[in-house]
Amino acid sequence: MDWNLIFENSLKGFIGINAVYFAIAALGLNVQFGYTGLLNFGQAGFMACGAYGLGMTAHYFDISFWWGIPLGILFSVVLGLLMGIPTLRLRADYLAIVTIASAEIIRLVVRSVKFKTYFGGSDGINGFSSTFRALGNDFGIEESNRYGFWPFRFTGRELWVLIVGWLIVAIFGFVVYKLMKSPWGRVLKAIREDEDAVKSLGKNVYSYKMQSLILGGVIGTVSGMIFALDRGSVQPDNYSRDLTFYILTALVLGGVAKVSGSIVGSMMFWGLFTFMDNFLRQVTKDPVTIGNVTIMKSTQVGQLNYILIGITLILLMVYRPQGVFGNRKEMAFDGR
Amino acid sequence: MDVERTYGEVATRARQSLRDVERVPGVCKPNSILTANNIRREFGGIIAVDVDHFEVQEGSITALIGPNGAGKTTFFNLLTGFDQPNLGSWTFQGKDMSKVASHRTAAFGMVRTFQLTKSLTKLSVIENMRLGATDQKGEKWWNGLFSAVWKGQEAEITERADELLTRFQMSHMRDEYAGALSGGQRKLLEMARALMTNPTLVMLDEPMAGVNPALKQSLNEHIRGLRDQGMTVLFVEHDMDMVHDVSDWVIVMAEGRIIAEGTPDDIAKNSAVIDAYLGNRQGQSLLEEE
Ligand SMILES: Nc1ncnc2c1ncn2[C@@H]1O[C@H](COP(=O)(O)OP(=O)(O)OP(=O)(O)O)[C@@H](O)[C@H]1O
Ligand SMILES: [Mg+2]
Repeated sequence: MDWNLIFENSLKGFIGINAVYFAIAALGLNVQFGYTGLLNFGQAGFMACGAYGLGMTAHYFDISFWWGIPLGILFSVVLGLLMGIPTLRLRADYLAIVTIASAEIIRLVVRSVKFKTYFGGSDGINGFSSTFRALGNDFGIEESNRYGFWPFRFTGRELWVLIVGWLIVAIFGFVVYKLMKSPWGRVLKAIREDEDAVKSLGKNVYSYKMQSLILGGVIGTVSGMIFALDRGSVQPDNYSRDLTFYILTALVLGGVAKVSGSIVGSMMFWGLFTFMDNFLRQVTKDPVTIGNVTIMKSTQVGQLNYILIGITLILLMVYRPQGVFGNRKEMAFDGR
Repeated sequence: MDVERTYGEVATRARQSLRDVERVPGVCKPNSILTANNIRREFGGIIAVDVDHFEVQEGSITALIGPNGAGKTTFFNLLTGFDQPNLGSWTFQGKDMSKVASHRTAAFGMVRTFQLTKSLTKLSVIENMRLGATDQKGEKWWNGLFSAVWKGQEAEITERADELLTRFQMSHMRDEYAGALSGGQRKLLEMARALMTNPTLVMLDEPMAGVNPALKQSLNEHIRGLRDQGMTVLFVEHDMDMVHDVSDWVIVMAEGRIIAEGTPDDIAKNSAVIDAYLGNRQGQSLLEEE
């Protein structure tokens, strides 16, 4: 068993790019779900908006990469409006249904043969990120160089995305924190508790919910951009339902309605995931057997890992529903 | 002593203004702040509200009473835009309110509380109070990040909130979560929070329900205090002692209709009201005993 390798990889999972784009997406989901109580089950759809915004600059429009950023944001604002206009006046569950459906519709449309000219079909889009990587080069980070020291070792290509990614986490973390401390955030939290009370005090609840949905969606969009830039490609099937639910898991793990919860929850999610993955792979290098019955092969590591995530989430909900960073005192008032 | 006397004056004025009003259902008032016409609300087969004419005298405390299911809460919901009538229109201070959405009534000076208390449990008491203030600059998302824009206003709001909390004897709970308050304290908080909107008409749906007798006395004082500061109060209540104690005028609803109006003393003697509350047979026997 190579503990050094397990440790190095787990640490990379903890602070790596997966944790970064999860943290950004979880921050957005936290605005919607944690603070406002909006059940957005389509965060993957918003992330796809960002990824395709970038990808389409090269694949369809043939314009500068930088236009991809406003384009992705525009897509997500439109998506937020489309989801929100019909549902935000209705009960919370309707938004859940519409968001999960919208995200799936987006995925099915972008991977369809019919719209291949726009979105690249099921092959997705490649070759749009050279401008971004060239910028890293300008800052003196050579793509193929190795940087750091054990256990922090990254290629220049990884390092550049990581730096930009963590910077964005810091910026959005700060923005969300400040906003939630403001009277605007107070209205959102009040809406989460009781819409009618907030209406009776003269606030336009519908408009605030829309603002929350769109802000969270735009943050999710930026997460999708980081994801796409790291992979250097956009793959439609990356933006499926599971993605939203893993992000939700990370959010609950860290604790809802806390900025630190979204960030550390995502880090822990990927830290634990990578640890289990590496550990199990080492254990199953040779198939594990009892007598002549095979218990586990290395090809089953993935499945087992996802089962363990599910079990962790269940245990968490039972024993620590407020998450790692959540406020226990607040949770005590949930009995409505 | 001085304060005591001015309180008395306002109350006397309110009662005098209503002295010559005829004691018939749907009667016009000399100075109506809230006027409703032909309001009708049906739920499937049942007619929850069917009010021909309804007026509230400005500067008075008006009680809206009636047996369970009379339609009082539904009527409140209609007047404040939380529900839409099948028919009817109403004005507040002469302005047509029929098409005004619930979140906009506060801006007109109408605020209501709820029969089932709506305290925002995961917000602290003081945050609940601050939320009540209207026209907050910091409630615009583009200002949220720039605390310099709203800090001054927030300080003013906090000061006003603290004053109100002191008046309602809740300042010791200031930083507690609203979820930690007792049922009666939540009623108080909801009322105080409604006052943060600087209303001209305060509509309270059963402010006394679940409040202990000692607190009821002080709530009575608070409600009188509102009138004495120039506000109009319309409240729903089942506690007849309290109705008798604080109201200048009583309107009685039963089965969606207004069946009687008058001063508390008139209503206590009104046989139609006793019938409505106790059912016909029992009502008669009650009168016979007297
Ligand atoms: N949303 C609704 N759907 C169907 N029926 C309703 C609805 N709301 C109220 N009702 C009916 O309308 C009638 C009036 O109800 P309302 O709540 O206004 O009575 P109330 O006078 O406030 O009674 P209470 O003193 O018990 O609070 C009742 O018969 C009730 O069943
Ligand atoms: Mg009622």
